[in-house]
Amino acid sequence: MIGYNTAVVLAGTSLLGANAGLIGSFAVLRRRALLGDTLAHAALPGLCLGFLALGHRSLPAMLAGALASGVTGIAIVAVLRRFTRIKDDAALGIVLSLSFGLGLALLRWIQTSATGGSKSGIANYIFGTAAGMIADDVKLIAGVSLFSLLAVLLFYKEFRLVTFDAGFARVQGWPATLLDFLVMALVAASVIVGLPAVGVVLTAALLILPAAAARLWTERLGFMLLLAAVFGAAIGASGTAFSVGMGGLPTGPLIVLTGAAVFLFSLLFANRRGVVARLAAERNMRQRVAEQTLLRVMFEFSEADLPARPPVAAAALARSCAWSPAELERQLRRAVALSWLEPMATGAWRFTSSGLDQATRVARGYRLWRALLTEQPEAASLMSELDLEAIDRMLPAETVRELEAKMKL
Amino acid sequence: MNIPHLLSLFDTPAISTIAVAAVASASCSMLGCYLVLRRMSLLGDAISHAVLPGIALGFLIGGSTTSAWIFVCAAGVGLLTTLLVQALTDQGQIAEDSSLGVVFTSLFALGVVMIAIVGPRVDLDLDCVLYGLLELVPLDTVTFFGIEIPRALISLTAVLVLTMVFVALFWKELKIVSFDPQLADAMGLRAAVVHYLLMGMVALAVVAAFNAIGSVLVLAMLVVPPVTGHLLSDRLGRMMAWAVAAAVASAVLATVGDAYLDVGVAPLLPLMSGALFIVALFFAPRHGLITRLWHRLALAVRIKAEDVMAALYRAEETGDAAAGLAWRRCLAAAGRGPLAWLALPQLWIGGRARWPAGGQVQLTERGREAARSLVRSHRLWEAYLGEHFELPLDHLHAPAERIEHYIGPSLREQLARELAGPGTDPHGKQIPPEAR
Repeated sequence: MIGYNTAVVLAGTSLLGANAGLIGSFAVLRRRALLGDTLAHAALPGLCLGFLALGHRSLPAMLAGALASGVTGIAIVAVLRRFTRIKDDAALGIVLSLSFGLGLALLRWIQTSATGGSKSGIANYIFGTAAGMIADDVKLIAGVSLFSLLAVLLFYKEFRLVTFDAGFARVQGWPATLLDFLVMALVAASVIVGLPAVGVVLTAALLILPAAAARLWTERLGFMLLLAAVFGAAIGASGTAFSVGMGGLPTGPLIVLTGAAVFLFSLLFANRRGVVARLAAERNMRQRVAEQTLLRVMFEFSEADLPARPPVAAAALARSCAWSPAELERQLRRAVALSWLEPMATGAWRFTSSGLDQATRVARGYRLWRALLTEQPEAASLMSELDLEAIDRMLPAETVRELEAKMKL
Repeated sequence: MNIPHLLSLFDTPAISTIAVAAVASASCSMLGCYLVLRRMSLLGDAISHAVLPGIALGFLIGGSTTSAWIFVCAAGVGLLTTLLVQALTDQGQIAEDSSLGVVFTSLFALGVVMIAIVGPRVDLDLDCVLYGLLELVPLDTVTFFGIEIPRALISLTAVLVLTMVFVALFWKELKIVSFDPQLADAMGLRAAVVHYLLMGMVALAVVAAFNAIGSVLVLAMLVVPPVTGHLLSDRLGRMMAWAVAAAVASAVLATVGDAYLDVGVAPLLPLMSGALFIVALFFAPRHGLITRLWHRLALAVRIKAEDVMAALYRAEETGDAAAGLAWRRCLAAAGRGPLAWLALPQLWIGGRARWPAGGQVQLTERGREAARSLVRSHRLWEAYLGEHFELPLDHLHAPAERIEHYIGPSLREQLARELAGPGTDPHGKQIPPEAR
């Protein structure tokens, strides 16, 4: 049974994670992931100034200050990039490090000179602590999340267009700059509400990790947004749980480590883009190419005696396929298992009748492709996949007929 | 003053602080030049965050803040960061900025958790991550040839010397790799080897600087002084010299500033380098914002002043040489806009026009010479256009009016030779002789 306080904190951090996942997806897809990092660091001076202005710890004032200085930081990045010879990366680095230095100086100043017992909590904004989260904070997070959700639902089509092809959006007459600005504003809002719980240094991770993990599982934006939000919520809640369970370690790093675990899992095991899936696909592809090579080479040796199925010596095959003896042995055994080939007594192999059918198809595909590559190289260069047996599916029937006529098959 | 006495300055805490901060920043900013030029500043950011778990591990193994294990582990993790980002981008098909973000935040989080768990046992806490250990530097000294110097300074100086040797040895290679990686590959240079060596050195410099300014603010010293240098010079050697100078100056300013503000040297170091950066940003000789604005204003005023001189010269040609023009007509000749008002004062200050009280504006002898060259340029250009391009007569004036300000004596001579010394322009006006 979890207590009321824990429930509040868990609700807050999971909402925070869900919102960051949703909005972070756009930042990641738009290649603006590190802008969020700069924004978070640039928010620190504003946070401190908000504290200094009121003289006590008031979340709305500090977050307003953070938003103002964060957005100012981003504006300075834009100005440096536009009007000076300073490049993108250096502009981000300059604003990030200088504003963080300013923030730390202000923080030290508050700690040494400000009066009152409320000053102690402010250092927590660096690495984050969710323990102090109260119902009002959760309401604020919920408000921002709801607003983000509504904005995404309302402008889904527009956001998608601007994210994937801003130039096209502009040409089509969409207010691309305005939409871009709206996305950036949502990013800023989700970074700022996350500061108390995750901290200045690591808030960017909450934007990046769920979105980057979700990106590995799907090619569809809608599903990616949903998945990123779910990941974000899970990361936020479990990171907080770990933080509480491990005796008050800072929340931010634990949330990030949980996120890193989710990301690592996705990287390894995502259904299509995961490392394991891609290695398996590569293995399958190699196997398929080897099979087809064996069938084609066998076919070429047998061709003169067709329709009889003459035996072919293993030595001849090894030469033509350029395989090691072990690899040839493996492929031959496989072909026998698939009942394409049958072993003869003298260390030679010959086609079965189904094997011959298969080999004829492969050889035909091979010769058609070769003809296409020599006759119409520019058309062939457009094909992304040159699967031997799929030629009838990939080329117009007319072209196939033309090629066959040229080769007199 | 004898030498031992000079070196005993290290007894005062401020000097050792300055020395440590300056040496640390100097190695960072030397290497940072390459990061900035190769647009890899953010990789520097990533490395500076990511060395934290390495530092924590080094503390664990070595048990003290000066253990050599810290360098070994942190440099290892720094290189690992580079490799991981590369692998995620190439093999994992993840956008580069996202892979950076994923790798460095994860490693940094790991480091923070490690320090939070094991820190209390080895005198290390999260404040060190932010502010470094600069306050402890003067307390922990060793005696070296009879002189007390901070222990941290030994390793920092070693890293600085190593950095300088590295840069000197690979000067040519680093330069080619920074400015033209394709050429480097084509020349058979191992661009990848140079890249990883550089990243290893960055990691070392970052770890060394961790002592001085913590691991988050190191980025400032990797990026800000090099960018300052880049604003001040277009040559790599000078850029690096400026960068190191800016870094050392920031160290001095930060230590002095801390004496007044008492907020710690670590946050002040980036702020002081930022102040120097802002000065360079506005006032750098060629690339400064205000310098550039000033040059453009000066050019605009010069063009307007020249237009006024040409108008005065033409008035002299048609009418009475001494009469001149009313100031309103001069203002009209300078065109519209507030800058036009500066044209007459500029001529007057330059001694090229005079304006007797209540009278007309007149050219001085110097002004007349200048104006003659200008009108000569104008009419030669018109003649040249008329000769070589089939333009109607009324299309010749406007381009000549624009280009007359940029035609110098040598081009005039070439034009005159090309046209075989024409006496008049296509409008039938006399082309004045070259001024002497």
